[in-house]
Amino acid sequence: MNALSKPETGGILSLALIIAILPFFLPNSFYFDVVILVGINAIVCVGLNLLIGYAGQISLGHAGFFGLGAYFSGILVSNHGWSPIVALISGALFVGLLAYILARPVMKLRGHYLAMGTLGMGIVISIVLNQEGDLTGGPDGMPVAGFSIFGWEPGNELTWYWMVSGLLLIAVWMALNLINSPVGRALRAVHGSEVAASVAGVDVARYKSLVFVVSAVFASIAGSLYAHYSGFLTPSEADFFHSIELVTMVVLGGMASVFGAVVGAAVLTLLPQLLTVFHDYEMLVFGAAMMITMIFMRRGLVPTLQSAFNRWRK
Amino acid sequence: MKSLFKKAGLTALVAASAIGLVASNAKAAEPIKIGSFLAVTGGASFLGDPEKKTLDMYVEKINAEGGVLGRKLELIVYDSGGNPKKAVPFAKRLINDDKVDILLAGSTTGATMAVIPIVEKAGIPFISFGGAGVIINPVKKWVFKTPHTDTLAVKKIYTDMKARGISKVGLLSGSGGFDKSCRKNVLALAAGAGMSVVADETHGKGDTDMTAQITKIKNAAGVQAMLYCGFGGATSIVAKNFKQLGVSIPHYQTHGSASKSFIKNADGGAEGVRLPAAALVVVDALPDSHPQKKVASAYKKMYEAKAGSEISSFGGHAYDGLMLAVEAITRAGSTDKAAVLAELEKTNNFIGVDGIYTMSPTDHLGLDEASFVMVEVKGGDWKMLK
Amino acid sequence: MYAEFLQFLFSGITVGAIYALVGLGFAIIYNASNVINFAQGEFVMLGGMGTVFFIGLGLPMPIAVLLAIALTVVVGFGLEKLAVEPARDAPIVTLIIITIGASIFLRGAAQLVWDRNFHSVDSFSGSDPIMVAGASILPQSLWILCSTVVIVIALHMFFTRSMTGKAIIATSHNPLAAKLMGIDTSMVLLMSFGLSALLGASAGILIAPISLTYTGVGIMLGLKGFCAAVLGGLGKPMGAIAGGLLVGISEAMTAGYISSAYKDAVAFIIILAVLFLMPNGLFGGRGTERV
Repeated sequence: MNALSKPETGGILSLALIIAILPFFLPNSFYFDVVILVGINAIVCVGLNLLIGYAGQISLGHAGFFGLGAYFSGILVSNHGWSPIVALISGALFVGLLAYILARPVMKLRGHYLAMGTLGMGIVISIVLNQEGDLTGGPDGMPVAGFSIFGWEPGNELTWYWMVSGLLLIAVWMALNLINSPVGRALRAVHGSEVAASVAGVDVARYKSLVFVVSAVFASIAGSLYAHYSGFLTPSEADFFHSIELVTMVVLGGMASVFGAVVGAAVLTLLPQLLTVFHDYEMLVFGAAMMITMIFMRRGLVPTLQSAFNRWRK
Repeated sequence: MKSLFKKAGLTALVAASAIGLVASNAKAAEPIKIGSFLAVTGGASFLGDPEKKTLDMYVEKINAEGGVLGRKLELIVYDSGGNPKKAVPFAKRLINDDKVDILLAGSTTGATMAVIPIVEKAGIPFISFGGAGVIINPVKKWVFKTPHTDTLAVKKIYTDMKARGISKVGLLSGSGGFDKSCRKNVLALAAGAGMSVVADETHGKGDTDMTAQITKIKNAAGVQAMLYCGFGGATSIVAKNFKQLGVSIPHYQTHGSASKSFIKNADGGAEGVRLPAAALVVVDALPDSHPQKKVASAYKKMYEAKAGSEISSFGGHAYDGLMLAVEAITRAGSTDKAAVLAELEKTNNFIGVDGIYTMSPTDHLGLDEASFVMVEVKGGDWKMLK
Repeated sequence: MYAEFLQFLFSGITVGAIYALVGLGFAIIYNASNVINFAQGEFVMLGGMGTVFFIGLGLPMPIAVLLAIALTVVVGFGLEKLAVEPARDAPIVTLIIITIGASIFLRGAAQLVWDRNFHSVDSFSGSDPIMVAGASILPQSLWILCSTVVIVIALHMFFTRSMTGKAIIATSHNPLAAKLMGIDTSMVLLMSFGLSALLGASAGILIAPISLTYTGVGIMLGLKGFCAAVLGGLGKPMGAIAGGLLVGISEAMTAGYISSAYKDAVAFIIILAVLFLMPNGLFGGRGTERV
C-alpha cells in the first residue's frame, strides 16, 4: 500500500503543517508557553492512549512516571551536574525498567483492580517525592537547571516550541507505527478479548507489559523535558490529580486515536486558561464541561466528530 | 485524502478558536495593573480566599478615593488552586499577556518558589504572601514578602520556651511546604537556642486523626512541651486530639494557626495554646498607644463588614502587600519597574497590620522578632503574653 | 505499652469505620452498574457541610442531620439520572471520567453556595474523652462504631429481607436475567445511588465532629474509601467493611510504630501487595470471565 495514501500519513502531515504555521498566530511568549505545555502533555497522552485506547488497560498513576522522569532529570542535572540529555535518557531507562518490573504483577489485575493498582503506584511515588526532602526538595519543590545538549541551550520559547513539537511528531509517528505493526494488531486483539487473544496464540501478558513500558517511557521523557523547560519541580507533578488529568485528556480526545490524544491534551491544557473568565464558577464549569462532553461524545472528541463528518459527507 | 484534511481542519479549528478566546481576554494599558495568582480554591483556600477578598475590597476602596498617581488600579487574579504547577502558567500569563506592572501573589511557598525564576528573568517586582524564609533568604533582586517567616516564628517560640524553663520539645508537623520548612528550622535552630527535639512526628495531608502521633510525643522521654508546625484545619484537629489525650505539657503552635477559626474549630482544645502572632490577630487587646492599633483596627472593621467573616493574618499579608506596593509606586512617581523596586527597598517603618516594615537591599521582608506578639488562647480568645 | 497500642487501635478503628462506610457506597454502586463512582467522596462532603449549613439556619442538630442526608440522597439521584444513565453503554473509562467530572462539579458548586473554610460540628454527645485501660476514646468514636454496626445490620436485612434489596442483589448478579424476571433495573440503579449517597452522607456527618469538615474533605476520604472497597473485592459489601477497617488500623499502627511520615503510603502499599497476591481482592474469590 502506498505510504502516502495512508490516512495516518495525512494526519502527521497535517499536524506538521499546523505546527509550522502556528507560531505566526501566537501574539506573545505566554501563548508559546501554553502551546509548549500542550506539546509536553500530548507526548504523555500519545503514550497513555496506547495503553488505554488500544490495549484497553487503565492507568490512574501515570503521572508517577512523569514525575519520576522529571525529578530524575532535576536531581541528576542540578545536584550532580550530569548532562541533561544523559539524565533524560537514564531517566527514561530507569522508568522503563521500573515499569517493566511492575508490569507483570500489575497487568495481571483486571478492570478496577488495575485502576487501583496503578492508582496506588502513582500515590506511593508522589508520597516518596514529597517526603524525601533532602533528595527532592520536598513539597516546596526544587529548581532545575536549563536544558543543554553539548553546550547548546534552547534560549527562548520559540526554540523550545520547535524542540517539543519535533519530539511530539516523533512520538506520534512511533505510536502510529506501533499500531499498524503486528504488535498493534496483537494489542487490539487483547483489547477485544484477552481470553480470545490468548486462545489465538497472542502472548497477552507480554504485549500488555510492552505497552505499559512504552507508555511509561513516553511519560518519563515528557517529564524530563518539563523539568528543564519550567525550571522548577514540585511533587504535584506526580500526584493523583495530574494522573486523572492525563487520563481525562486521553479519554476526552478520543481513545484509540493518536490524534485524539493530541487534541485531548490541547483542550484540557487550554481549558483552565479559557475558564478564568468564570472566576468563582471555574470549577463548576470545568466539571460540567467534562460531564457533558463525555455523555454526548462518549468515544471522545476526535472519533465522534470524525463520524459526524463522515455522516454529513454522505 | 479528504478525510485527513478534514482532520487537519478540525484540529486547526479547535486550536484557533481556543487561542482566539484566550486572546480576547487580553486588556489595554492605562490603569496600574496588579497581577495576582492565589490559592482561592483547593487545600490552601483558607489562605487565598481572605487574600483575594482583601485585595478586592481595598483595590475598590483605593479606586473610589481617586486611585494611585491619578490612575485607577486594575486587579487581575487567577486561581492557582494551591497548586504550584498551575501558578507558573498564570504568572507567565500575567507578565507576558496581561502585562501587569507588579505581582502581589503566591499564597503558598511552593507557588512562590516555582515562579521566582520567571520573575527574576522578566524583571518585575513581586511581593509574595508565602510563609517560608527561603523565599527571601537568599535575597533575590525582585522578590519580597510580607508574612513573618517560619524562622522568625521558631526563634520567637524558642525564646518563650527558654524563658519558661522548657528545653525538651516534641515536634509534630504536616506534609505541606510550610510544615516542612518550619520543621527544618525547629531542628536546625534547636542547638543554638539550647533546646533539644526529643520527638519528631509527622502526619499526612488531609489526615483526620493525629492521636497516634501525639501519643508518641506524649510518651517521649523527658518531653516538656509540644510544638506543632502546620496550618489549616489540621491545627484544630491537633488541638482537639491534644485535649482528648489529656496531655498536660504546654502546647505551642505557629502563626499558621493565628485565626479565630482555629479556636472555634478546636472545640475547646485550643485553650492554653501559645503561639506567635502578628499584631492584627490581637488588635483588640492592643493598647491605644501601640503604633499598629489604628491601621489594624481599620482593616479589621473593613474586612469583617465586607467579607462577613473573621479576620486572619493571611488576609493581613495581602493588605500589607498592597499598601506597600501602593506606597512604593506613589513614591516612585511611576510604574517603572526598576524605580518601584528601588522604592520598595527604601521602605522604612511602614506600619502594616501584620507588622512594621523596614526593608533594604539585603532584607526583603523587613520584619523582625519584635513585630511578633506571643499570645495564648484564654476563654476562647487571644490574650497577649508579656 | 498496652495503653499506647490500645490508643492506636481506637484511632484506627474509628477512622477505619468511616472508610468502611465510604467503601460500602462504592461497592453498592459498583454492584448495580459496574461504575466506580468517583463522586462518592463528595457525598461525604455534602453530609458534613450540609449539616453545618442547616445548623447555621437555626435548625436543631437532628433535623439538620436528616435534611443533610436527604439533600445528599437527592444529589445522588440527580447524579444517576443526569450523568450516569445517559451514558449507560459508554466504555467504563468514559463513565469514570464522568463521575470525576461530577465530583469536580459538586465541589465547585459547594464552594460557591457555601464557602471554603473549615467548619466544626458539635459532637453528638459531648467531647469529654472516656478512659479505657489507659487509652482515651471520644464519645463520638463510639457513635461512629455503633452507627456503622447498625447500618451494616440494617443493610444486611435490607438486602436479604426486602424486595428492593433482593432486586438490587439480583441485578448485580445478572442484569439481563433480573430484567426478564420483571425487575425494573433502572429503578435499581437509582436506588443504589441513593443508598450510596445515604451511606456517604452518614459517614460525613459522623466524622465531622472529630475531623472538621470543608468542601475538600471528600477527596482523600473518597480515595481511601475506594481503597477499602477494592481491598475487600469490589462488589462485596462485607469486604468493603473489612477493607476499611484494615486500612484504618494499618494506618494508625504504622503511624504509631513505624513512621508517621509514610503512613499514607503504607495503606496503598498494603493494597498493592494484596492485589498482587490476590488479584480479586481479599474476598473476591477466583474471578471467572465469560468468554
